[in-house]
Amino acid sequence: MIREIFNVSFFAGLIGATMRMATPIMFATLGEILSERAGVLNLGIEGIMLMGAMTGFLVTLSSGFLWLGVLAAALVGMALALLMAFLAVYLGLSQHVSGLGITLFSTGLAMFVYRLHFGSPLVPPTVDPFPKVAIPLLSKIPLIGPGLFNQYLLTYVAWLLVPVLSLLLYKTQAGLKIRTVGENPFAADTVGVNVYRTRTLCLVAGGALMGIGGSFLTLAHQNMFLIEVVGGRGWVSIAMVIFGNWDPLKGVLGAIIFGFLDGLQLRLQGLGFKVPFHIFLMIPYLMTIVVLVGVSRRATVPASLLKPYRREEKGG
Amino acid sequence: MIRLMIVKREPLPGWARIVIPIAAIVVTLILSAIPILAAGGALWKSYYFLFYGALGTRFNLLETFVKASPLIFTGLAVALAFRAKFWNIGAEGQLLAGALVATWIGIYGTWIPSFLLLPMVIAAGFFAGGFWASIPALFKTKLKVDDVVSTLLLNYVMVHIMGALLFGPLQQPGSSWPRSSEILQAAKYPLLLPRSRFHIGFLMGLAAVFLIWFLNTKTVFGYRSKAVGANIRSAHFGGINTTVVTLQTAVLSGGLAGLAGVGELCALQYRLIMDISPGYGYSGIVIAMLGNLHPVGVLLSALFFSVIIVGAQTMSRMTGVPTYIAEVIQGMALMVMLVFLLLTEYRIRVLRVRPRMRAGGSRN
Repeated sequence: MIREIFNVSFFAGLIGATMRMATPIMFATLGEILSERAGVLNLGIEGIMLMGAMTGFLVTLSSGFLWLGVLAAALVGMALALLMAFLAVYLGLSQHVSGLGITLFSTGLAMFVYRLHFGSPLVPPTVDPFPKVAIPLLSKIPLIGPGLFNQYLLTYVAWLLVPVLSLLLYKTQAGLKIRTVGENPFAADTVGVNVYRTRTLCLVAGGALMGIGGSFLTLAHQNMFLIEVVGGRGWVSIAMVIFGNWDPLKGVLGAIIFGFLDGLQLRLQGLGFKVPFHIFLMIPYLMTIVVLVGVSRRATVPASLLKPYRREEKGG
Repeated sequence: MIRLMIVKREPLPGWARIVIPIAAIVVTLILSAIPILAAGGALWKSYYFLFYGALGTRFNLLETFVKASPLIFTGLAVALAFRAKFWNIGAEGQLLAGALVATWIGIYGTWIPSFLLLPMVIAAGFFAGGFWASIPALFKTKLKVDDVVSTLLLNYVMVHIMGALLFGPLQQPGSSWPRSSEILQAAKYPLLLPRSRFHIGFLMGLAAVFLIWFLNTKTVFGYRSKAVGANIRSAHFGGINTTVVTLQTAVLSGGLAGLAGVGELCALQYRLIMDISPGYGYSGIVIAMLGNLHPVGVLLSALFFSVIIVGAQTMSRMTGVPTYIAEVIQGMALMVMLVFLLLTEYRIRVLRVRPRMRAGGSRN
């Protein structure tokens, strides 16, 4: 059994599984980073991902176009994030409770709509999922090539988003505004930045990413919708934001570590250890907690995270 | 262009605290018409069966009380924690921890005198839930680990611990399903009324409501816990050991959630199954908020949501609206209540601003 672990094909397969399992977390982590950098914790993430997963699946099944499903998932994510913005930004309600409200509502809604469309069939309906696309030459690199460069298009998109988001946050005027709004909204307002609008835009863009991350689960990772398809990946993403200290690159690194653990447990299950498979399923969550325990003391939270901004209470 | 202006208002009189949750419920029920109509349900028929299904017959009415029992416990658990700003979103995992340990003792406690078995099962379930909640509380106070994330993640860890045990040492011998053997007769909750499942769990819930009310308002612990929630820094400088208070609150909160699990096990299922809780821990969040974190409010809103959950079954059978409508209503209720709570402290003024009138309106 030990020999199988050090087998080359096991290793290549593990890299592939790592990237596949990391993709939805990468999308969601980047979306959450964008929201939190502007000062809003979006706990709606878990529900938004589930609605993205369900909507993407439903639209793809009825239209036959996978990318239309992804687009619909993004739009649903944006709509729910807009609701979050109304509650937490414009009304200034508790971000914790607003977000949990969005998650509970979206979770119920996803199951409600799915049941409405499909009833409770014995065999769940399926779609033809996204194919893997091999990048010429790169995918021929021995050992790591097949795992890294024979992936889904959405996985490559997630990769590309890392430099895009980093550049946006650190190298552009807009990024400066976003970070100022998250650190000191009163100062931002004084220099003419519309705090409400900036926060809303970040939430909505982040919601789109969360929705897409959810749709990856039903259109690439699997080809059907199950109620537990997201299974806490939204919460894991929030942990990865903390792990990455609100930095896109480090956050994605966390997502990849989670993807690795998730891929590893899948592979280990396949080796036939005489241990209940739930032990393996537990590993990624347990390790996420361990990681959080390790990094939380050093975390530098955006200073105005969780604080509602009320223009009328300036300086209060 | 429309702008919302949110201004502080004079504190509302006491009656508002009762009127506001009721208004929130009414608005939620009106909003529920959207998913009901979208599902093709006839509106009045749907509402009728929603309430008839929960209150219309003796059996259904008692089922509503049966369903309310775990909701009271998880609602109290969340309310107690939120009051101290310990963001315990982990009532689900704590419930499972309680049920798990109760199962263990309920099956293998043959050496325990039978009159002591049930009290021991209950106590063990309480402490199991409390223990599971103490972990994130310790992480929060000692290591600054965000309690929302840690309590949520621990829910999944507990589900998988339970799964591993139900496919392993706790699995009923000879069964291929993930379920335990039945607990001993002496570990079961007494049933109170014939031809129903009405059990002592509801009365325990009432007792818990009273106890938590007493604790909150009449004891030093209640005062300290509230002070920590109001402002942890002033509480600290005021001489309160905030670490200890947070831990105590967490253990009590988790323990209450654990009792919800004990009730489901010892009064309804009699054996541990993976689906022992359909998300009672998460419902507890909605119930605590709708109850304004007050024990009596929790009791009333737990009753309201058990009406929705039980009634949704009948409504679904009669009109074809999926039972998940209950979950949708819970989510909506939480958001509506949140908006209404804002109205107790603030006034929302909708201003129509013409852009050129606003100084610097063209900026950004």
